Amino acid sequence: MDNGRQFAAEFARRSRWRPAEVALWVAVAVLPFVFPDRMVLASQIMIAALFALSLDLLLGYAGMISLGHAAFFGIGAYTAGILASHGWSEPISALLLSGLLAALGGYLTGFIVVRLNGVALLMVTMGLGLLVAELANVMQDWTGGSDGLTGIELRPLLGRFGFDMAGRVGFVYALIVVFLAFVFVRRLVHSPFGLSLQGFRENPTRMAQIGAPMAARLRFVNTIACGLAGVAGALLTQTTQFVGLEYIGFDRSAEVLIMVILGGGGRLYGGLVGAFVFLVGRDVFSAANPQYWYFWLGLLLVLIVLFLPGGILGGTTHLAIGLRRLRQGGKA
Amino acid sequence: MTAALATRGLCKSFGALAVARAIDFSLPVGARHALIGPNGAGKTSFINLLTGAVAPDSGTVVLGDTDITHLPTHRRVRLGLVRTFQINSLFADFTPLESVTMTICEREGVAGNWFSGFARHRGLIEEAYDLLDRLGLGEDARRPTRHLPYGRQRLLEISIALAARPRVLLLDEPAAGVPERESAELLDGIAALPADIAVMFIEHDMDLVFRFANRITVLVAGQVLCEGTPEAIAADERVREVYLGRHADRGHHG
Repeated sequence: MDNGRQFAAEFARRSRWRPAEVALWVAVAVLPFVFPDRMVLASQIMIAALFALSLDLLLGYAGMISLGHAAFFGIGAYTAGILASHGWSEPISALLLSGLLAALGGYLTGFIVVRLNGVALLMVTMGLGLLVAELANVMQDWTGGSDGLTGIELRPLLGRFGFDMAGRVGFVYALIVVFLAFVFVRRLVHSPFGLSLQGFRENPTRMAQIGAPMAARLRFVNTIACGLAGVAGALLTQTTQFVGLEYIGFDRSAEVLIMVILGGGGRLYGGLVGAFVFLVGRDVFSAANPQYWYFWLGLLLVLIVLFLPGGILGGTTHLAIGLRRLRQGGKA
Repeated sequence: MTAALATRGLCKSFGALAVARAIDFSLPVGARHALIGPNGAGKTSFINLLTGAVAPDSGTVVLGDTDITHLPTHRRVRLGLVRTFQINSLFADFTPLESVTMTICEREGVAGNWFSGFARHRGLIEEAYDLLDRLGLGEDARRPTRHLPYGRQRLLEISIALAARPRVLLLDEPAAGVPERESAELLDGIAALPADIAVMFIEHDMDLVFRFANRITVLVAGQVLCEGTPEAIAADERVREVYLGRHADRGHHG
């Protein structure tokens, strides 16, 4: 009986903020001001982290892979761009609208993708991604085609903070939006609903046998994930004041998948870690030679998948547990 | 009195192979009913038809007073028809406490709740622990499932099914593959199943069948050959011929 109460309290405590998490967010908020010439890179890491988080919700938690997630990032990015170039220059409402439109896309495609798994799911998500990217290419009047949309002008945030050349306002804006998204997703994955998503990842066929209507839940989480991807896309458009075909293409779908796998799926912060490693790595290596970067990225990816199936975050967790055991063993 | 579960004229063929031919079957409340038959007789197919994993070509499945023939699996579970699997079908990275808590959340209708944490559902977690403890899994409640010995995983199979609070429980070879030294606690677990649950189990181990069953149905080639008390079945000549005659050959069935 006492055990039961104690375990229940422990179980319920999992959703509490841990000190390491708080420290991580403080570092994320402070570091760019220590390296102010890397402010733009920091914004891009934040945005990529949100995009990766949205994929992690599908892949790491619900076990649903996607090779076309950039479609929803792109829908958000283009919506923000088109709104701004047609005079809707208030950034926050444009951001929300962009996310909503991407979520609508996710809701509609959900009816197809939640019935699939394995290779069929890979091919259908990739196909949808290519389809949406081609639409962006063809609808030149709206999207600017291969030239993209430039000269996106935004009103100052909250009427007070204008986007500056150094990217400070852009970074703080991205940081706040991404933090709020993390708080939201964090709640979701720690809920009974989140547990059932992970149950589906662990054993899809058993879920029906415990009475879970998973198709509806997967459609819901797919809608949320696509909406968040759209918010990330809109943030990139708004902070770079540009949107082009590379925002929506297959390369971006592949990159975000790599970020999640690098960082480690199903751990909430895997996407953030993956985005950091990916973008900082590219920044450091591609200064010399872009080809060089892909060599090291490829090597890193192979090593992680072979030796650290839980990604960087999973690996460090195991290391921490191992060290703690070793220390306790030493005391005894 | 209505049966807990009944089928009428249940038929299913896969191409030329008929796995169920007009099966009439009735499971009274509180039954301990064994389903036996030679390999390929259609026993697991029958369970798949009952749970809705496979749709019948014709016939009906009735749970209590409800015709469930066309309901999806998860709805049947919510109505109290629950199964376990011959080969463990568990949540490898979950702890038993998580698996059972998740199942209880489904039963209580709170599993769709995506904006509240578990602090509000502590009672359900305590219930999960109590259930595990009753089946002897209390000490393993927080170990990852994949680290549990096979026999304990079989017990967890049953714990998850019980967490759904079944009215009818279908056990597909509950003791399959459990090593001798681990089987005692599993058998205790089966013996301790609540008396008001109707239990139907597929089993090849005749000692187990005669220990737990108060009725037996013999299935051969998708058809009910006969049904009766264990004594009557043991004495039946036809059963001896088609099934018990091959008793020495206790191979794994398909």
